[in-house]
Amino acid sequence: MKANDPNAADRTSPVSANPLIELTDAAIAAPSPSDQVVVDGVTWRVNPGDYWVIGGLPGSGKTELLLTAAGLAKPVRGQHRLLGRDLMGLTESQMLSLRLQVGMVFAHGERLFHQLTILQNVALPICYHQNCAWDEAMDRVEALLTHLELLDVAHRRPGHISRAGRQRAGLARALSLEPEVLLLDNPLAGLDPQQMAWWLEFLDRLAAGHEVRQHRPVTVVVTTDDFHPWHVRGRQFAFIRQGRWLPLGGRAELEACTDPLVRSLLAPVVTTE
Amino acid sequence: MEKASDSPRSLPPGLSLQAAPLPRSYLNYVGRKLFRLVETLHGVVAFSLITLGVTLTQFNRSSRVIHPLIRAQVFRAGVGSLPMTTFLATALGFVIIGQTLSLLQQVGAQHLIGTVMVTVVVRELGPLIAALVVLVRVGTATVIELGTARALGEVEALEALGIDPIHYLVVPRVLGLAISIFSLTVYLILGTLFSGYLFAFLQDVPLRPGAYLQQLGLALYWQDFVLLALKTTSFGAIVAIATCYEGLAKPLQLEEIASATTRAVVGCVISWVLLDAMFILVYLMI
Repeated sequence: MKANDPNAADRTSPVSANPLIELTDAAIAAPSPSDQVVVDGVTWRVNPGDYWVIGGLPGSGKTELLLTAAGLAKPVRGQHRLLGRDLMGLTESQMLSLRLQVGMVFAHGERLFHQLTILQNVALPICYHQNCAWDEAMDRVEALLTHLELLDVAHRRPGHISRAGRQRAGLARALSLEPEVLLLDNPLAGLDPQQMAWWLEFLDRLAAGHEVRQHRPVTVVVTTDDFHPWHVRGRQFAFIRQGRWLPLGGRAELEACTDPLVRSLLAPVVTTE
Repeated sequence: MEKASDSPRSLPPGLSLQAAPLPRSYLNYVGRKLFRLVETLHGVVAFSLITLGVTLTQFNRSSRVIHPLIRAQVFRAGVGSLPMTTFLATALGFVIIGQTLSLLQQVGAQHLIGTVMVTVVVRELGPLIAALVVLVRVGTATVIELGTARALGEVEALEALGIDPIHYLVVPRVLGLAISIFSLTVYLILGTLFSGYLFAFLQDVPLRPGAYLQQLGLALYWQDFVLLALKTTSFGAIVAIATCYEGLAKPLQLEEIASATTRAVVGCVISWVLLDAMFILVYLMI
């Protein structure tokens, strides 16, 4: 298939009147002070129930795309709608209510609050938005930590647990506000095969409706620099090449794509002992 | 045409500044400095106004998270500084008040002791020393904490969770440090006046406690209490704003945190001196 058909992915995505995230001819910039456009021509609709996998080489602008999609950065050009609402001209409180529907998991388990324990990291968003004391959020937090197998490190600080643990803590924190859509920045980076299998399984269950979300399915968007683990999991695929947004379509289109970059991202990573 | 080897671009990044040409003229140099000063002032004033706005409009929002943070700052800056403040109050009393009492007695001007104490300790040294203690113990640590948090992307993480970084990180520090410096100043003044009298008593200065307190009472005006509260809370707010601004306002690399800390300390001291000058004008009118 052609890799630059802007409507390719929409054919595999159920048509919805209110997409959760919609970018139209958007230009995504790196954070200030550079403000340089890193991805251009992004026309992308994320509908409820989607499972997007976005590939690209390291430094291709995947993180910036997710930050923009989450409403944390503004596109330099183009239109951005979140849950059906154009973000231009919204007040901070209006933005906040929309932003709470989008959970963000940063790469490598980064950006946890290092002064707080894992338990407090997960409890903070709940306590802040529901104006409750730590104790009152414990039921929800302990349930999350149990499902993410983090209960034994709950009282440790992020610097004192493994990278895999921090990565899971980032997921627990993002899930604490029960978002409609979950954006994960390269969640498998640096993980061993066992941890990777856990993540793939957990995200599958989240997308289908996990107990931790009261069996309500969550829309998933992941970025990756390796399509191989995802090609049987994701339902919509796109990739970024040389600053251009290139939607691919579904699994069949991904498998059939002849683009050399996509083929290289699909190839299994061979590790030598 | 310049030789390629003369160009700073051909040097490694760490050496490029050292090899940068000297300013063409002092006027250019002064101009650049002035522009930077205006830019920083603009940033600090904007940051202060945003913080004031958030403090006034969102004081009770998420109070069960934010108010414990304010208490934690009071505990850290206020209660944590008590041993240091006690030591300084004792030393200050012995060094300044005790000696002043002895000197005034020698020239027969003991009746001025109240005026000297109020002017030196209550109006000037008390607030300044309490603020210095908090700046050294907590202010510098704040720049490092917030600068590290910013460099590690924790501020963006707060925004991603819908938590206003000013509300969560800055407001508790502004209120906590303002309360702490006010309380520490009162403690420092009382401790200094007491230890000063103790020194004088040990030196057999013929001044009875009642007379000492009476002189202090006569030298104090009601405006002193109001101005002391205003001055100390302003000093606290300055420490918090300057340290939070340097830590948060601009994206920092980890290696920039040390220089940001220095800028915050210098900014605080200069701001205190300027504010103090304004208070002196008010005191002169009393």
